[in-house]
Formats: sequence, structure tokens, C-alpha cells
Amino acid sequence: MEQLVKLIILFPLLSFALIGLLNRRLTKKHTAIFACTGVFLSFVDSLLIFFSQASHHHPVEVKLFEWISAGSFKASFSFLSDPLSSIFLLVITGVGFLIHIFSVGYMKDDDGFRRFFAYLNLFIFFMLILVLGNNFLVMFIGWEGVGFCSYMLIGFWYKDHKNNDAAKKAFVMNRIGDLGFLIAMCLIFVNYHTLDYTQLFAPGYISSIFVDQSTLILITCCLFVGAMGKSAQIPLYTWLPDAMAGPTPVSALIHAATMVTAGIYMVARTNILFSLTPETMQFVAIIGSATALLGASIGLFQNDIKKVLAYSTVSQLGLMFLALGVGAYSAAVFHVVTHAFFKALLFLGSGSVIHAMGGEQDIRHMGGLKKHMPITYKTFLIGTLAISGIPPLAGFFSKDLILAEAFEYNQIYFVIGLLVSMMTAFYMFRLLFLTFHGKFRGTHEQEHHLHESPATMTVPLVILSVFACIAGFIGFPHALGESIGIHNWFDHFLSPVLGATTGKMELGTELILMGLTTAIIVIIILIARNVYIIKETLPANEHAPLPAGKKLIYNKYFVDEFYTAMITKPLDKFSHFLQNTVDHKFIDGIVNGVGKITINAGQTIRLIQSGNIGYYVISIVAAIILMLSLFIF
Amino acid sequence: MLTILLLLIPLFTAIVLIAAGNKLARTIALGGALLELGVAVTAMLMLQQGNASDLLNVNYPWIVSLGISFSFSIDGISMLMVVLSALLLPIIVFSSFNKTYNNAHILYALMMLMMTAMIGVFTTTDGFMFYIMWELSLIPIYFIILVWGGDNRQKITFKFFIYTLFGSLFMLLALIYVYLQIPEASRTFDIQALYQAGRLLSVTEQGLIFAAFFLAFAVKMPIIPFHSWQPATYYTAPTPGVMMLSGIMAKMATYGLIRWVLPMVPAGIAEYGHYGVTLSVISIIYASCISIVQKDFKYLIAYASIAHIGLISAGILSGNIQSIQGSLIEMLSHGINTVGLFIAYDIIYKRTGTSEMNKLGGIRAIDSSFAFMFFIVILSVVALPFTTGFVGEFLLILGLFTSYPIAGSVAGLSIILGVVYMFRSFQKMMLGETSSHILSLPKLDQQEKISLTIIVVLIIGLGVYPKPILDITENAVTTLLEGIK
Repeated sequence: MEQLVKLIILFPLLSFALIGLLNRRLTKKHTAIFACTGVFLSFVDSLLIFFSQASHHHPVEVKLFEWISAGSFKASFSFLSDPLSSIFLLVITGVGFLIHIFSVGYMKDDDGFRRFFAYLNLFIFFMLILVLGNNFLVMFIGWEGVGFCSYMLIGFWYKDHKNNDAAKKAFVMNRIGDLGFLIAMCLIFVNYHTLDYTQLFAPGYISSIFVDQSTLILITCCLFVGAMGKSAQIPLYTWLPDAMAGPTPVSALIHAATMVTAGIYMVARTNILFSLTPETMQFVAIIGSATALLGASIGLFQNDIKKVLAYSTVSQLGLMFLALGVGAYSAAVFHVVTHAFFKALLFLGSGSVIHAMGGEQDIRHMGGLKKHMPITYKTFLIGTLAISGIPPLAGFFSKDLILAEAFEYNQIYFVIGLLVSMMTAFYMFRLLFLTFHGKFRGTHEQEHHLHESPATMTVPLVILSVFACIAGFIGFPHALGESIGIHNWFDHFLSPVLGATTGKMELGTELILMGLTTAIIVIIILIARNVYIIKETLPANEHAPLPAGKKLIYNKYFVDEFYTAMITKPLDKFSHFLQNTVDHKFIDGIVNGVGKITINAGQTIRLIQSGNIGYYVISIVAAIILMLSLFIF
Repeated sequence: MLTILLLLIPLFTAIVLIAAGNKLARTIALGGALLELGVAVTAMLMLQQGNASDLLNVNYPWIVSLGISFSFSIDGISMLMVVLSALLLPIIVFSSFNKTYNNAHILYALMMLMMTAMIGVFTTTDGFMFYIMWELSLIPIYFIILVWGGDNRQKITFKFFIYTLFGSLFMLLALIYVYLQIPEASRTFDIQALYQAGRLLSVTEQGLIFAAFFLAFAVKMPIIPFHSWQPATYYTAPTPGVMMLSGIMAKMATYGLIRWVLPMVPAGIAEYGHYGVTLSVISIIYASCISIVQKDFKYLIAYASIAHIGLISAGILSGNIQSIQGSLIEMLSHGINTVGLFIAYDIIYKRTGTSEMNKLGGIRAIDSSFAFMFFIVILSVVALPFTTGFVGEFLLILGLFTSYPIAGSVAGLSIILGVVYMFRSFQKMMLGETSSHILSLPKLDQQEKISLTIIVVLIIGLGVYPKPILDITENAVTTLLEGIK
């Protein structure tokens, strides 16, 4: 078991190193084989770890070496394999492997083929460290490491500064969150004297040390700020839509399935602390639901296929935080898993579309792709149904669980969740209809080139769509499950880490809620069908006048502009002020002034002296006298 | 014995360099530097085994009537500084080979003399000797910049020289003041005696002594508002000179703070240390902001350096084991990082004749291995985990936070601002479209590749496994802190 845990990070690291070192000496084919094999071996390894975890439930600690220590502070490079990390391992390596395969086809003609796979492998390596770390500091290695890989991959086509700017924005915003994480670590160490999970979360440890409630709130809030950055929550979400500048497989892997869920992992991992601070939980729920609403509403008006999915991700992540905030940790993690499947599927599907369209991403120039790309269409349809929450696809179970838990906690959150689900169903079907149905609206040349993608791309789509169909059954609804004898395996599996789910719902309430939401969503889909298929409405072009409300949403509530005006520009102005006025004129002015006075004095006295050295010494002495006289008076 | 060797090897190399002339200058300089590194590593291994005290301590009376002695000793803290200097010196010498300097033998000889003086600063246990070595180290760098520097060098070096000399006079005053507190019969500049005398002073007196020392050190590090000599000096100095200056010499001040101030006036620091911490933290933010709007990469390195040194200074004044261990490893990593940045600067400047970032761009497209290695250096500057920069900054922020939570949080802002200015400069110089005049530039030559590779290996090696370095200093720092309590 220990060996398995050590090996899992070794494979992607090795393939990264091989590709990085051999670089041009490797053919594209060999690069692809190395990269995919590395991740595949990790996936097999994850399966083994998972099954052993599922059969005996003992968390396994693996210490590799002592990393940073100073006095009582000790952080070793050590891993912890437990139910929570084993679930994440499976998702990362499983979905990661499929996306690697997809990329082989997608990036086939790119000059940066080797570089791309090297970064992708490195990303997997850091992501595994993130979820395997047995203390906060090791999690932080992964946390910043994936941020770095994300930077490299968003700015993958580095000749265009637009991509580089998006990459930099992502990294800076993540760093703002990371500062929160860093301060949280400082607070935890100062108060609890350790950063190790096994010690910190050992039964009774936290309650044995008195820490006042306001400090606890501060700790959890700082942790949550870290999660906000990584998981694109208000106010740190604006980097994620821009991050779509990277190649589409990157968007699928990093900006949908894995890295952006790190914030949820973090809160789930530290759930013991969060459960002690209902105030922070409330805050998490508010931010989560606000983000879910905001993302979904912006998604309604986007015309870039990847931007729609990006805002959808922001919104779905918000839903997960809503779940965390109401204390439904396992529901949040469950949604991470199902979301990883259907969102990766949707992103890869959009990649397949973009590939066929020769780089075009605007859905106004698409339409009717159904008959040209049947596999892409069918899988995309499955993804769309899943994310909309149509039973019995994966998204239904996880979303329904979140809604049910929200209902139990506070019905306002249920209403918000329902609204978000309605908007989600609408914008997803809008996307589906505009892209695949109706007539083709692009150029003739594009139409001529339309084709179904090669097998390397369609096979991962098919596999992902299978999981998007069936993955939900691992988390069967509690009350309904009990009545027909299927228990919620997922909840049970994670209960050693996340605690048992509290308060089970009445069967009747559960069924009513389920039926109600499903019915509403079906109606929404029919409305979308009416608008985009029957009436063939097209989104207005950029310059068309819009009513004020629509304009506000179309322009994403002007949040980016607000940040530029409130933070970026003032910082720049302030820095210029420091540089020109304070530094040059004031500080250096005084120094030079004092210097001139001394030199003048020195020159007068120099008349007596002859050599250069004397001239220095005298100036010095004069300076001392000057300063001494200042001291005395 | 080994300590004497460490002091004499560079001195002897300097003499040989001058005697042998320009022809063999490179070989002799590199040989001398590597020999020094060899001795330093030997000393380190002996220190770790713990039976080397006879070999590492030297004590000869010098001016007996004043109690001044020729005494040097190496404990863990000094050892780290020696390793830092001895590690960087050969890299600095080697990386200078890509450029032809007039009278290179004199340049190298001056660097060697500087090295002797700095090793003296890092190892002496005599207060007067510390002052002498401190001032001695200034003379060679003064001439290096004056002779091999760029535009406006006379004016700039003059300011630099006077300013730093002026600052250190306060240190001399403070040393003499404490010295005079020792009863006349047993007056000595021995460090332990000065510690004792200092601790007996009243809190106000200790505060003043602290202020005097801190002023001297604040000029040298530098900390704002005593920094205005630094950017121009860095800009005009020849690359090997500025590497010596920022890589090693700036650490004389931070070292001095640990060695001479913390243990001598602990009550003064307990009472007034927060002023120093505040100034240092302001310095971090101030310099980071100014770095954001720099147009020239060399100026950017200069201001970024102020920001990092500010964190080291704040950490030392926090006076706990995490912050001091952090400051020590950050000194090492700051040395490695700055030398790395200047190597990259040199590579770019040599090819394009400019370091103005707006005139550059797209270099990555013509030389991806340079871009890769340069970026690793930048990652270490912004303290990404698994680089040496992270180990230092993390411990520093942790330690600073333990003693001063607000200062620690504010100082933490530097991890955001650092990304803003470092990534911005990398993007401007390395990414984007390649303009035609850059397209034809040559790739890295063998010598440049080796220099950068060494830096990259050090950054990642020490970032992944910093334990050996932390182990060198842990005992010495513990002893030092116990003495203060």
C-alpha cells in the first residue's frame, strides 16, 4: 500500500521528466505514448488504492522525507491515503487519462505538442500531491504547483499577449487566495502547533486546545479565501472565463474537472474546523449561492461555446460551495465527481466542435452540426441532460442531493439552487440547439471541412458519457434508497472523513422535491426548444442595442471593468506616485541635498587639503558632526 | 586553521592574479574561488560532525591595550554565510567569462579582496575587527564600480561610498559605547563581553544602540528610506560587481543584525523592535509597488531585491526560531536568485544591447531552454513551493506572523505583488511575437548554459530538500535565542 502511494506520483513525474529532457529527440507519437502511459499507470494505481481503501477503510500515512523544519515547526513531505483522497485520485487520474488521449488527437498539428504533454503530466503530478498531502504545507505545494501549470497552459500559445494576460490574471488572482491560505496556515500553527492532518484532525485534538471563536472564524475564513481563488468564487472568479484562452483539453482537465475543485477538497478536508464555525459556514453558503446565480445568469447570454461552459463551471462550483456551506460535505464531493464527468465531457465535446470548425468558437456561426458529427452530438446531448439534472443521469443525483440538503437547512437556499438549475438547463440547451440543430450558419469553407473527429477524440467522449450516465447511482437518494434497499454508498464510504450525513428526509418530501424540480426543468427545456428550434431565434450581434438589464448581464455585470478601475489602475497610479514623487523627489532629494551641503562644506575645507582621500574623510567627518548635532538637540 | 585558510585563499588569489597578469586571470580566479568553496565545504562537513572547534576557531591578541584581538570563529550561522559566499563566488566568476573586461585580473583581484573582507565580517568574534572588515569590504567594490561601471559612475559611486560609510559610523559609535561600559581593567571587544555589557544597559540605552546599528545595517541592506544609493549603483555596476554587492554584501547587514544586535540588546529590541519591523514591512510593500512600474529590468531587480531584504530584516527582528531560520535560508536563496536574475540580464543585454523591457519581447520563441531556466529563477523569486525561495519566505512569514500577526499578513502581500512585477517582466521580455531584430540572436552558449543550470539545480535541489541547510544553522540559532532569554 505504501509503495502504491509513492508510485502514483512517480509515474507522471517520470513521463514529464522524460518528455522535458528528450524534447525534440522524441517523436510526437512517442511523446503521446509516454504521457498517456504515465497517467494510465497512475490510474491503475489509483484503482488499487481505492479498492484497498474500500475494503479495509484504514487511512494510510506515507512519509517520504522531512521537508521544512525549524524549532517546533515540522512539516514532512508525507502523504495520506484515505477515502476522501482516494476518490479524488480516481477522478484526477481517470478523467485525466481520458483527456490525455483526447489531446493526442486535438493537439496533433500543434508545434508545441511535446511541451503541452509535459505540462499536462506535471499538472497531474501536482494535483496528486494536492490531494495526497498529509499536511497543509504539502497541500500548498500541489496548490501552487497546479496554479503554475495552469499559468503555463493558459498562456500555452504565448505569442499572443491576450493569452499571456489571461494566464497572468489567473495566477495573480490565485495568489490572492493563496495569501489567505498562507495566513490560515500561520494561524493554525500558532494556535494548534501543527499542520499535520493526522494530528490536527485526530479525535479530541482540536477540542483539547482552547482557541477562541473569533480566531476559529478567522482561520476558516482565511482557508475559504484560498478556496475562493482556486475555485473561482466571488469575488475572485473573473480569471476562470479568461482562462479559456488555453487549449480546450486544458479547460476540460484543469478548469473544469480537477484544479478548480481543489477549493471544495480543501473545505471538505478541513470540515472539522468548518463545522465549528457556523458563521463561516453561513458565509460560504452565501458566497456559493451568489456565485452560482451570477455564473448561471451570465451563462445565459454568452455566445462563445467555451465561455458558456466556463460560466457554467463557475456556477456549478458555486453550487458545490452552497452544499459545503449547509454542511452537506459529501454531497459537495459527490457533485465534484459527477461534474468532473459531465463537464469534462462537455468541454471535450466543445473541443471536438471547435476542431471541426477550424477554430471558430462563436455559436452564432454554428448550427446543424448534428448530422456532420453524430458521435460528438450524442455525447454532448448526454452531457447536457446530465448537467441539467434529468434522471437518471449523474447530474440528477448529485444536484438533487444538494437541493435536498439545502431544503433541510434553509428553504431560501433551495429556491436559489432551483433557480440555478433552471438557468443551467436553459443555457445548456440553448448551447446545444444553437450548435447542433437548425441550419449551418458559418462560411462555405467551414461547412466543406466539417467532419466527425478521429477516434482518439471520440472514444474518450463515449467513455465519459457512459460515466455521465451511470456515475450517479453511487450516491442514491437516502429515503428513496432505503425504501427500495439501495443505500447511499458514496456517503457511507466518505463518512470516516466527512462524518455521517445528518437528518434524513421523509420519503414523501424527498419524492415531491425530486418530482417538482424535474418537472420544472423539463418545462424549461421545452421553452428553450421553442425559442431556439421552433422559432429559430438567434442571439443578437455585438452592436445591437440591448435593454439595460440584458446589457448588464451581457457585459458580465462590468465586474472586470470595476476591478480595473478600483484596483489595477489605482495600484498603478500609487506605484508611479511612489516612484516619481516619493522616491525620486522626496527621499533622494533629501539625500542629495544633504550630500550637496556636505560637499560644499568639504570643498571649502579642501582648500587646505591636497589629496583625494582627505576630501572623502573630511566629508565623512562633517557628516558625522552634522548628524551628532542633530542627535544632541 | 580552516578559518584562516578561508580568509587567506582569496587574498592569496588576489596577489597571484595581480602578479600573473591578464592572461591567466580567468583560470586563476576560478581556481581560487573553487578552492575556497572546497575549504568551505570541508569546514561545513567538519562542523556537522561536531569535532572541529580547534580547526574553526582562531584567536590571536592584536592591540592588547585596547582589548582588540584577531579572533575568528565559525558556528552554524557563520558557516551558512561562508557557504553562501563561497558558493556564489565561483558562479559569479564563471558567469563573468562571457564578457571581456579590460584588466580582468585587477577586477578579479578586487573581487577576491572583497571576499576576504566579507568572510572576515561573517566569522570574526571581535567587535573592532568586525568594523574593520566591514569597511574594508567597501573599498574593492568602490573601485570595481568606479572603473568598470557604466554611465555616470563617478557620481553614483561617490554617493554609494559616502552613504554606506556614513551609515556604518553609527555602528562604530554604538560598538564603542558598549565597549566603554565594560570595566576599564577588562575592556575588550570580544563578542561575549560586548553581549554581556550590552544586556546590562537600560532599555532606553539598548534601544539607542539598536537604532544606531539598525541605521548602519538599513543603509547596507537597504531598507527604505535609506535605499536611494542602491538602484543607481546596481544599475551602473558591472554585472560581477552587482552580483557581489547584492548576492553577498547585502547579507553582511542582515547577518550583523543576527550576530551583533539581537544578542547584545535584547531588551531594546523587545521594546523598540517593532519600529524596525514596521519600517522593514513598509520597505517590502514600497519596493514591490515601485517594481511594478519599472521599465528597465535591471532597476526592477534592484527594487525587487529591496523587497526581499525587507522581509529578511523584519523576520530577524521578530526573533523567533522560525523567522531566523527562515531569514538565514532566505539569505542564501536571495543570493542564488539574484545571481540567477543577473545572469539572465547579462544574457539578454549582451545580445540586444538593452534591458528596457518595452524594447524586448518574444525571446522564448528563439531559445526555449533559456526561457525555461530563466522562468525557474523567477518562480523562486516569487516563492513557489519546491524552490528555495519558498522555504525562506514561508518560514519568514510564519515567524513574523507569530510575533507580529498584522505585519506578517501585510508582508504576505509581497507574494501577490511579486507575481505582478516578475511575471509582467518575464512576459514583456520573453513572450509575445518575436520582432525581427531578436529573431536573429544566437542561443545560449555552453558557458551560459552551465551557469544557469547550476543556479536552477540549486534552486530546485534546495527547494525540495532544504534540510541540510536548515540543519547547519539550527543549533547555532537555538543557542543564540536561548542566550537572549
